[in-house]
Amino acid sequence: MADLRVKFAGISSPNPFWLASAPPTNTGDQVMRAFDAGWGGAVWKTIGDPIVNVSSRYSSVDLGGVRMMGLNNIELITDRTPEINFAEIAEVKKRYPKQALIASLMVESKREAWHEMVKRAEGAGADGLELNFGCPHGMNERGMGAAVGQVPDYTCKITEWVKEAARTPVIVKLTPNITDVTWAARAAKKGGADAVSLINTINSITGIDLDTFAPRPNVAGRSSHGGYCGPAVKPIALNMVASVAQDREVGIPISGIGGISSWRDAAEFIVLGASTVQVCTAVMHYGFRIVEDMIDGLSNYLDDKRIGSVADLVGRSVPAVTKWEELDLNYKIIADVNQQKCIGCGLCYVACNDGAHQSIGVKPRDDGRSHVWILEDLCVGCNLCSLVCPVDNCITMKKVDTGRPTVTWKDFSKDPQKHAYLKNPHH
Amino acid sequence: MDHFQEIKPALAADEALSEANRCLMCYDAPCTRACPTHIDVPSFIKKIATGNLRGSARTILTANVLGASCARVCPTEVLCEGACVLKDLHHKPIKIGQLQRHATDWLLEKGGKIFEPPVERAISRVAVVGAGPAGLACAAELVRRGHHPVVFDASPQAGGLNTYGVAEYKMTPAFALREVAWVRELGVEIRTGVAVGQDISLAELERDYAAIFIGIGLGRVAPLRIPGEELPGVIDALDLIAFLKTDRAAASAKVAGKRVVVIGGGNTAIDAATQSARLGAAEVTIVYRRGRDEMPAYQHEQELARHDGARFLFESAPEHIDGTGRVEGIGLRKMRSVGEGRAARLEPILGSDFRVACDLVIRANGQTAQEALLASLPGVKLEKNRPLVDENLQTSNPRYFAGGDCISGGQEVVNAVAEGKRAGATIDAWVRRQMEVA
Repeated sequence: MADLRVKFAGISSPNPFWLASAPPTNTGDQVMRAFDAGWGGAVWKTIGDPIVNVSSRYSSVDLGGVRMMGLNNIELITDRTPEINFAEIAEVKKRYPKQALIASLMVESKREAWHEMVKRAEGAGADGLELNFGCPHGMNERGMGAAVGQVPDYTCKITEWVKEAARTPVIVKLTPNITDVTWAARAAKKGGADAVSLINTINSITGIDLDTFAPRPNVAGRSSHGGYCGPAVKPIALNMVASVAQDREVGIPISGIGGISSWRDAAEFIVLGASTVQVCTAVMHYGFRIVEDMIDGLSNYLDDKRIGSVADLVGRSVPAVTKWEELDLNYKIIADVNQQKCIGCGLCYVACNDGAHQSIGVKPRDDGRSHVWILEDLCVGCNLCSLVCPVDNCITMKKVDTGRPTVTWKDFSKDPQKHAYLKNPHH
Repeated sequence: MDHFQEIKPALAADEALSEANRCLMCYDAPCTRACPTHIDVPSFIKKIATGNLRGSARTILTANVLGASCARVCPTEVLCEGACVLKDLHHKPIKIGQLQRHATDWLLEKGGKIFEPPVERAISRVAVVGAGPAGLACAAELVRRGHHPVVFDASPQAGGLNTYGVAEYKMTPAFALREVAWVRELGVEIRTGVAVGQDISLAELERDYAAIFIGIGLGRVAPLRIPGEELPGVIDALDLIAFLKTDRAAASAKVAGKRVVVIGGGNTAIDAATQSARLGAAEVTIVYRRGRDEMPAYQHEQELARHDGARFLFESAPEHIDGTGRVEGIGLRKMRSVGEGRAARLEPILGSDFRVACDLVIRANGQTAQEALLASLPGVKLEKNRPLVDENLQTSNPRYFAGGDCISGGQEVVNAVAEGKRAGATIDAWVRRQMEVA
């Protein structure tokens, strides 16, 4: 059995699966039930001066009959007082000493206010602190949340204030609503952060009711942009995690967040450099029980791969993410159709012909379906046909040996004459 | 075309994936409640969706060690799939049985340990009489709890009705034995060809084992007690199915071209009818003494027989079998119910006698108990030839426990597994208590 235990910026956790700071971590009762279900850690719903919430807070994007591919919310931080939250944190920590319990904090941008909040959180027994510099709605209008996270200087400054008072590890939660997330990560590092977590939610409008013209979630006929999360945001989050992991100026642990619903999603964040992951939407959809498959699936995966621990998996794919200019221009693949598996739907043909590179032939079969074949001389190896094909392993991409050496754009641009054949699109 | 090809074939990998993703993952799921072994269905389906097939199989087999055969033989239409909320929402329940098969087949093919070894080992030796579903489930549960069970079975092969009594198009004997081999790998010792009471005495079992589980199932089909029953051409449904499963060519030679009459209204009668039709019978008639609504066979099973061209004669009871040297026909009499439902009293309609010409009469009118063996169990009280058990499946002799068809009178494989598993747990608790006292 693989070792799922992790140590994140000095914080021990029985597994890398944490609950993100969000509605599932609003109360001690929820967090304790989550720990009973197997979660390794929890980041408490952000604590600050209690706010007032609107009614109608969440809305979602469904796709192809599947609910909640994307979820957004206009809920603010906790509406419960710091006294209640800290008392519950103390109680949870007493009953669950092994799980990681992180206090997410957000107060007005005053040094003393941060100092006081940090002391209270640590006094309650929190194992670490997460600074919410990412909340994209409501709080930013009051100079908090993303209003801090979007200005690297503020991020750095407030992190410094926190570090003046903090004795436990400080995690800075980054907003994706910024041009380049590595600027914010560097600022956090500069301010003394022990780790970063990303991504917070993305500014979004999930949709409009076309009868009433009200955006969702509808608050008396109006709405505000909300924070987008769920499976739909995972690719964006993976890219941001990878770019922070690759940035030499950052170099601190990463807690990956964004659309993680299964052990596979988690493993992808981990190989791109996250050493813990945080989950919210999938729990809001299916409950705390989903962690059982996350633990079981990740453990089986590590065993199958003969990888001894989660720590050994962290960052494995980071070197494989490069700049475009470092990719091999002489690597060539073309599509291959398995005619035994082909069900004759013709989707690959129409996709290639209208949407890509006109490299698939078609004619009607005797049974009235479409017979398709690859025009190998024209195929540029774009993958599109294999992506639209509804049958597993029916269209596969086969490597073609060009007999040519690896040539990157960097190489090519230095000596275009030497690699002139690359200018011919069907070389 | 092979008439015995599986009626519920394996799902392709992408088919399983899209079906798994269709599952809503209900909370406190109705499918799990409907399963006698309470397999956590949403959990194992979710694991198929995430590609965690080992974990999926573990979830299934932890609850039901014979999950692979149950995936094939369970009447899912009336159990898990019958309870699926999507049956109401889309008129199309999740294919739970086939998904269960997808995960368990994967494990049987890939192998590998899925259960943690018990903390303690060889706490006690327990004798399990009968290597059918109840006995195997009981033994597997005992192994997982640190005991050393030894399973005895009089038949040459283990598996009980899974091996010898399931309609061929649901499960082959080869698959049943594959699953038995997997149960053996868990650490269950099975001794076949050993008849308790003959080859080994109950006194020996009592001497060498801390407790004894009785999972012997049922015995022969009950006789019709009508004239002509001794004629060649009168056979038992379970014999036909066992014969078909051990020597299909010979079974085919016996049935092909024949006019077959099946007596009975249960699922075994349906099996006898469909298997006869698929063996090439010229015509198949199911004779049941009560009405269509009272027929105990599941609706979907009745449909299978109808689909195979079987004719149903309801409210008809056999009176005598005629023929010179072999079966040539069966005399039937129409019956009428006095009262309501299956409890209604039947009375013959005078002057309604009629005859159906036939070459084979297959008895499927319910099995009898293994009376002799049951009667020899010391201090075990019987009622209607069934061992009386309490909620712990313990008999009136505290060292004896019982489960499966021998206490129920005949239910599904999954019910036998559930009882075997429960008995394994209660035997474990009882043996540990005895050791504390001693």
